[in-house]
Amino acid sequence: MTDAISTQQKPIPVTVLTGYLGAGKTTLLNRILSENHGKKYAVIVNEFGEIGIDNDLIVESDEEIYEMNNGCVCCTVRGDLIRVVEGLMRRPGRFDGIIVETTGLADPVPVAQTFFMDEDVRAKTELDAVVALVDAKHLPLRLKDSREAEDQIAFADVVVVNKTDLVTPEELAVIEDIVRAINPTARIYKTTRSGVDLSRVLDQGAFNLERALENDPHFLEHGHEDHVCGPDCDHHDHDHDHHGHDHDHHHDHDHGHDHGHDHHHGHDHGHAVASAIHDVTVKSISLRGGEMNPDRFFPWIQKITQTDGPNILRLKGIIAFKGDEERYVVQGVHMIIEGDHQRAWKDGEKRESRLVFIGRDLDRAKIEQSFFACQATA
Amino acid sequence: MPTVAPLDLDGHVIATHFLGDVPFFATAAGEIRRLDGGEKVTEAHNGLLTCIRDPFSVSLITGGEDGKVMRIAADGSATLVAEAPRKWVTVVAGGPQGAVAYAYGKGSTVVLADGTVKEFAEERTVEALAFAPKGLRIAAARYNGVSLHWVATTSAAVDLEWKGAHNGVTFSPDGKFVVTQMQENALHGWKLDGKPGEARHMRMTGYPVKVKSLSWSAKGKWLASSGAPAAIVWPFSGKDGPMGKAPLELGTRANIMATCVAFHPVEEVLAIGFIDGMILGVRIGDGKEALLRRPGKGAITAMSWSGNGKLIAFGSEAGDCGIIDISA
Repeated sequence: MTDAISTQQKPIPVTVLTGYLGAGKTTLLNRILSENHGKKYAVIVNEFGEIGIDNDLIVESDEEIYEMNNGCVCCTVRGDLIRVVEGLMRRPGRFDGIIVETTGLADPVPVAQTFFMDEDVRAKTELDAVVALVDAKHLPLRLKDSREAEDQIAFADVVVVNKTDLVTPEELAVIEDIVRAINPTARIYKTTRSGVDLSRVLDQGAFNLERALENDPHFLEHGHEDHVCGPDCDHHDHDHDHHGHDHDHHHDHDHGHDHGHDHHHGHDHGHAVASAIHDVTVKSISLRGGEMNPDRFFPWIQKITQTDGPNILRLKGIIAFKGDEERYVVQGVHMIIEGDHQRAWKDGEKRESRLVFIGRDLDRAKIEQSFFACQATA
Repeated sequence: MPTVAPLDLDGHVIATHFLGDVPFFATAAGEIRRLDGGEKVTEAHNGLLTCIRDPFSVSLITGGEDGKVMRIAADGSATLVAEAPRKWVTVVAGGPQGAVAYAYGKGSTVVLADGTVKEFAEERTVEALAFAPKGLRIAAARYNGVSLHWVATTSAAVDLEWKGAHNGVTFSPDGKFVVTQMQENALHGWKLDGKPGEARHMRMTGYPVKVKSLSWSAKGKWLASSGAPAAIVWPFSGKDGPMGKAPLELGTRANIMATCVAFHPVEEVLAIGFIDGMILGVRIGDGKEALLRRPGKGAITAMSWSGNGKLIAFGSEAGDCGIIDISA
């Protein structure tokens, strides 16, 4: 109900930077703060630590997780962010964007939810993307001893696999497979010394319904150079809990080629994948169906996010409704779900509905079955 | 008809206060302007986060992004009270005998007039502070409630518990009630002098948005609040406060949120500032409304009455400020 007067400013984009200790967050932050890209960023950190740059827009803040008093256990926000963002936004014009650096063990969900659940923060800012840095060398170990490392990857829009010089190409391929197994929708970049192109990290619009999925034309498509097929890609449909030897293909180019020459064969690294993927508790469910009946789809997605919300980390989808000339995009975090028409379907574009759930303990059979039941009858 | 003398400042106005008959305007950038036969400026902070009127003296207390806590005297001179380098001091409070409290992170600090420093640790971040009207006692709002500390003694804190995040805290003028603003669009109150076993909680809910502004009437009979398309005014004259009673809704406007409230220093008259910059004056007794200022450039963020109750200094998030003279 906020009046237009207070929202006339363009919302300030917020980038959330997650990653385990030693994954390279500080190095990336220092690059963002020091490189000549013509933009200024306010940075909210847990500790000044090793940020060697004197900048009065670096704010130290204790991570304060507040549960909302609405009976929903997953409705958590970062109280400190509400306070600091409010303070920063009283003096806009000093910066073009805000970056929130979380501690290594942080759960990214309360950070993200703050930008949806607090009305004041939401009125003035816009969550741009969640970026996870991953230490290529230590990821398998991290997955063994912490759930947070997995959550950070599962929740991310962009995963930067860093320190790739410390692993062999084979090990790196395994890491990519693991990341893809945890999160089939994130864009993955491989780099050393946090040297990722900043345009791949900042200003992504990953939560913006107009831009979400639009700048990823190959969302749930295969054969895109950025898209690394994971064991959960729907056309594979392998169950990655098995010690299979043929689930860890690494597709570098379009499907339909002769696969033979291009696969990293299972026997090269299958055991490593199997053991690391054993430690993966996040699963994704990728759905692809025909045109939907809105009278069935909306009650269904509402219900499933209400009942399974605590287990859903992220969901993203493009929905084709029967008789609707526009694509409908949805995205969600736990129980929060947003959707809107995005743009008209293009000529020749296949009108199908695609939806990805990333979470834990999701009942694949139930979700698949109920999703397909929402399809419009011909 | 009331007249408005406008003043245009640069940026978000955090607070307006009167010291004597002189109005002070504090902006987020850190400048404090006073209109004392001309415009005079005190550069108080590099980034000002909070500015309150000390209820116990003729001065202002401020906290800033520069980690400084300052006291601003009636002549505009600024004195450093305390400094916490690289911390954002978002919370300050003024107490009896020159005491100043401030907070950043998980704890609060009280600086007494003789320079003695007392520290009170909390398990969670202190979101707000208030001194009790009598006795050197401080309330710290934090997650899941409020901690009450006697500053001069080492006795254990009294914990007022209520689940959820508490972002603001105030004592009733008679010291019998503590009321907090909550993250979830509600107020919560505790009756302090309740007998053991007596219900002492007061839940004040139903707001469509967060409550940002509270104001007690002169003798504490009423507590006015923002957070709705009207001022919500709770009766506190009974011994149980507003329990079992409905609040008044004053200055109701369709879907235009009240953002700031300020009671007249003597009369039961409330000034209500709205998100579109309009200000209404409403009399409690009969609900009669008077337009004090037409809509402006931004939401009203600050309002204060002069001691004689004739002037209101107001400010907005867009910097359009002014003085309303209601005696004209």
